[in-house]
Order: sequence, then structure tokens, then C-alpha cells
Amino acid sequence: MSALRIHVEGMGLWSPQLGDFDALRRLLDGGSPPPPQARPAAATMAPNERRRAPESVLLAVEVAGQAVAMSGRVAATLACVFSSSHGEQSITDYMCATLAHSPTELSPTRFHNSVHNAPVGYWTIAVGCHEPSTAVCADRASFGAGLLEAAGQVLAEQRPVLLVCADTAGSGPLGKVIGGEQPFACALVLAPTAGAATRARLDIRLNAGAAPTDLAPPLSGWRAGNASAEALPLLAALARGAGRCQLAAGPQLGLQVDIEAVA
Amino acid sequence: MMPLAVAAYTATSAMGHGLAAQRETLESMRSGLRPNDFGSAPLACWIGRVDGLEQAALPAEYAPWECRNNRLAWLGLNQDGFLARVQQARQRHGANRIGLFVGTSTSSIGATEEAYRRLDADGNFPADMQRPAIHAPHSLAAFVAAALGLEGPCLTVSTACSSSAKVFASAQRMIALGLIDAAVVGGVDTLCDSVLFGFNALELVSTQPCRPFDLARDGISIGEAAGFALLQRVEAAPQAPRLLGYGEASDAHHMSTPHPQGLGAGLALHAALARAGLDAAQVDYINLHGTASQKNDEVEAALVSRTFPATTRASSTKGFTGHTLGASGILEATVALQAIEHGLVPGNLGGDTPDPDCSPSFAWRNEQQPVRVALSNSFGFGGNNACLAFAAAGFAA
Repeated sequence: MSALRIHVEGMGLWSPQLGDFDALRRLLDGGSPPPPQARPAAATMAPNERRRAPESVLLAVEVAGQAVAMSGRVAATLACVFSSSHGEQSITDYMCATLAHSPTELSPTRFHNSVHNAPVGYWTIAVGCHEPSTAVCADRASFGAGLLEAAGQVLAEQRPVLLVCADTAGSGPLGKVIGGEQPFACALVLAPTAGAATRARLDIRLNAGAAPTDLAPPLSGWRAGNASAEALPLLAALARGAGRCQLAAGPQLGLQVDIEAVA
Repeated sequence: MMPLAVAAYTATSAMGHGLAAQRETLESMRSGLRPNDFGSAPLACWIGRVDGLEQAALPAEYAPWECRNNRLAWLGLNQDGFLARVQQARQRHGANRIGLFVGTSTSSIGATEEAYRRLDADGNFPADMQRPAIHAPHSLAAFVAAALGLEGPCLTVSTACSSSAKVFASAQRMIALGLIDAAVVGGVDTLCDSVLFGFNALELVSTQPCRPFDLARDGISIGEAAGFALLQRVEAAPQAPRLLGYGEASDAHHMSTPHPQGLGAGLALHAALARAGLDAAQVDYINLHGTASQKNDEVEAALVSRTFPATTRASSTKGFTGHTLGASGILEATVALQAIEHGLVPGNLGGDTPDPDCSPSFAWRNEQQPVRVALSNSFGFGGNNACLAFAAAGFAA
């Protein structure tokens, strides 16, 4: 099988330490980027929607907005692949706690916000996108499996795709079992062909059994603390401009990604 | 697009275990719905419950995966010789050349609900529930991958009620790109408090058996189901029915209400027809999403009216099964495939007083006629729409 070749036109990133992709670049260059405000701005959403939105939606909309802005694409024209290992943990915690004690008092709004595709649903509403949209997961491999799904859409359908991967921090008794020390979100705008907005070229190969690329602190700790931060080896290579990394795409399946900067 | 063979398929729902039971239930127009007897304080409504799950423990080797949803997955995989067909494909192609794409809305959240009902004195999950893998939406896919011994790409699609329709699209793209040679697609959702009380909170649940497209319809009945299909290149199974096309689109309208003009639903339908190279008039049967909610059925009936001639037959089968949510895409795909294989257009059970907005396309009773091309509609929360196009072996658009 030859490599899947796709092109990166935009990158978005948000964590409590890094407010955007450039902050990662500065960190890797030895700088000390200032941390972002406590809550993602998610400026793409209307203010009243933003006030009511769960954290998973704010995270996804924030990084999606960053990546799309960098690409110069019109958001409504992009197919959407939104990945998340656990979705909105605070809502799962709320739902299960409420169901255990007073099930008939369940909030209808929190119920419809509990679906795994709530972030992509709110994003398509915010930007008026009628293109295909999906919400996926694969445990710790949610970023790699989401990247593979996105690459499949980019190449099989020859269309640009917005990939988002975001997880909230752990919450309640559930959080103690599945973990999640802090939130993390990232996004890529991916395209089938090189163009004026191309930042980097990715060659992706399936690679059975390969372990994910080692990371140095503090990235290693951030990755351990959030399933979506499994994207960090690829994001770090993009920040450096080139390299090769291994990502998990499943328990036995890895992705080998060769990254090359495009001037 | 490159058509694929649906080399094997199976379904388990309130209609019964496996395809023979499903066909017999459809032919007799007998509803699988029953008064709600699920949980400790059941709401007054009707449900589509799968019999026998309580006695169907997982084999000991899969004990870490034990929960109602994975039980239903295992029960489903064991019908219609499906496990053996996957093993044959694995021997032919290799475990890492078969993808696994499954849809689910709530996966095994029923187990997480149980853990919260049984928190210990310190507020922690009891020891037997300290199993992180079942408290994740990927629980179903990870269990099925382990049970089938598959090592290729493995993905959960969770877009509410369109989930297990969209898996066909993901699989087709990866086969077309040569990443894999075959794919197992499917979906499983089980009854749990989250959906029963959640849809109740949204005032979308009927107190009676659901009545899709009936003038007096007043909400859904929730059901559970498991379904799977094995997709291969047409050369590998030339006599099997085909996946001809798929369409996906977004409403960009509201989280829990469909677009009033069915914009996303129409885009998905026309994308499926375009990929399949079909004109609307070539469609013999459409299995509709038809949930029996006021709004869905109004929007979908209008979509049928403006798109298809009367020769295209249409029905919802949710009167048989209830709304099986993330499993409805695969379940109703198997109904569409059985329509093709047996020339059976299932009647729209529950529509005793047809809504006058329904066009002459609606099949209110069972009809026996050749079905060469069948579509299946699936629409989900968040305005997430999908449509699948199937055809008989040898059909040329």
C-alpha cells in the first residue's frame, strides 16, 4: 500500500498551558508562552450559545475556529470529523448521578447535549455547515483513528476536511476510573492537494504494532493526562516543520506519519 | 462510487434473534413492542426489548467486557452464521486487512449508570465496575474487535441515530483507497435509563406503541438492537446484494429538532442517489427513519412526496422494533436488504390513520413485489443525516 498523502492548511490547539498552535511552537523553541484564559473563547459561536455550551463544545469550537482561520477556508465548506475518547465527562457524570437518585428530573437540555456529536452539531450550527459531519472515538487511539477517518474522506472524496480531537478533564466517580487530568483539544484543516495555504504535507502509513513516539516533558505529562493529547507527537513535528512520528490508531494498529514543511 | 458486496448480514431486535425471525415478524405484521418492563421504576411507555439477554452471559474469556450492550453485540454476532463468515474473511484477507466500523449512541453507558447506583461509601465505583473499557463510548467496538480477532482500522461512529448508517460510508472509503480488503460494519444500542428518561424529559416518548406517520402519532417507542454486515469487493461475493451509494449531510439547524424543510435529509438522500448513479424513479423501496415524532415524520413525508413517484414504496418499520437509536441504521439496512432478497415491502405498522401529508408511495400494508433498489434513511440529533442505497446483485444503474 502506498502512503496516504494529505496536506495540512491550518492547525488549532488549546490546553490550560497552550492557547494556540503558535504557543506550542514557541514552547518547543525554548520560550515560555503565557497560558490562555481559563475558558476557551470559542468566538465562532454566538454569545448566548457560548454561555450555555458545555466545555467539550467550547474546546472543539475554539480549536476548529483557530485551524479554519489559519487555512483561510470558509468554515461552511468543510466536512467535519470530530473525535473524542470520552465526550463531555461532566455531562455523563451528571446524567448517571441524576438517574441514580431522581431520574424523572433529568434535564432535557443536558440530555441532548450528552450525545457524542454535540460538539460537531453545535459547530455546524454556528458556521452554517451542511456538509457531512461525524463524531467518532477509539479510546486512547481517538486522534489516530480520527485522522485516518479524516484522511479517508479527504482522499476518497477529494474534499477538504476539518479534523478536531478534544477531551475534557475527568469528572466525578467516572473520572476516577477513566482518568483525564486536564482538558486538551486540537484541530487540523486537511486538503487533498497542495495549494497556497498548504503548511505541511503528511504521508500516512498503517503500521501494525509500532509504539507511539516518545515525548519529553512537559508534553509527555500532558499526553498521559488526556487521551486527545495523543496528537502531540504530530503537533510537535508540525511545529518543528518536519519529522516522523508514530500514533496509535488502535490496540494493535499504529500510524506512521512523515511530516514535511511546505514553504 | 465503487459498489461493495454485502456478503453477509444479520440483525437481532424486538423482532427476534436473526434474519429468519425478523422476516417472519415482518411478514406477519406483528409488533415486537411491549409495555415497559425495563428498570426498577419503569416509565409508562412501550419498548422494543430483546428477549433472553438476561440469561446470555458472555463467554468467560470476555468477562471483562460484560454488560448489557456487549451481551447484545455477542448475541447478534452469533446469529445467521455471521461469526463463521467473518472468520472466513479473516483467513482470506488477514486480520489486519479487515476494518471494523460500528455505530452506537450510548454504547455501554448502562453499566456506568449501574456503577453510579452502586457507589461505595467513599463515592467510588464498586470493585466489579472498575473496568475503564466499558465506561467509554468505544466499549462496543473494542469488544467486537476482540471477539472477532480483527486488527485493522477500528472506529466507533457516534452521531446519535445516524451512527450505524454512517459506518457503511467509512468502510467504503477505506476499501476504495485500498487500506483494507473487507470491513465488518454494524451497530448496537441497548435499553438504558439515559435514553428512556432522556427522551421522556424531551417529551418525545409516546405512552402507546409508536405510530409512525399516523395522524395521531405522539412520540417514539425506544428499542434495542444489534446488527452487523460484512462488506467486501464485489468480486469476492458476486451473488450478494450491493451497497451502491451513501449520502451524509448536516442540518445546521438545531440540536434536537430536524430542519423544518428537511434540508440535511434531502442533501443526504440526493448524495446517496448521485453516488449510486440512480434516478429517484429507479428506487423501489425506502425504509424511512419514521420515528413517530411529530416533526420527523412531517419533514420526512414531505421529502418523500417531493422526491419519489408512487411506484417507489415507502414505510417505517419502527412500529415493529421501536426506535433503536444508534442501531437503527444497521437494523433498517437489513430490512432494506431483506426487501431486496425476498421481494417484501414491509407495511408501515402503526399507521392506522394515515397522515394526509403522506403521498401514495406509503405502503400501509405488506406488499409482495420485486425490489431491485432500496434506500434506508437515518437522521440523528445534532442534525446529522445519512442515507444508504442498496441493490440486488447484478443490478446496473
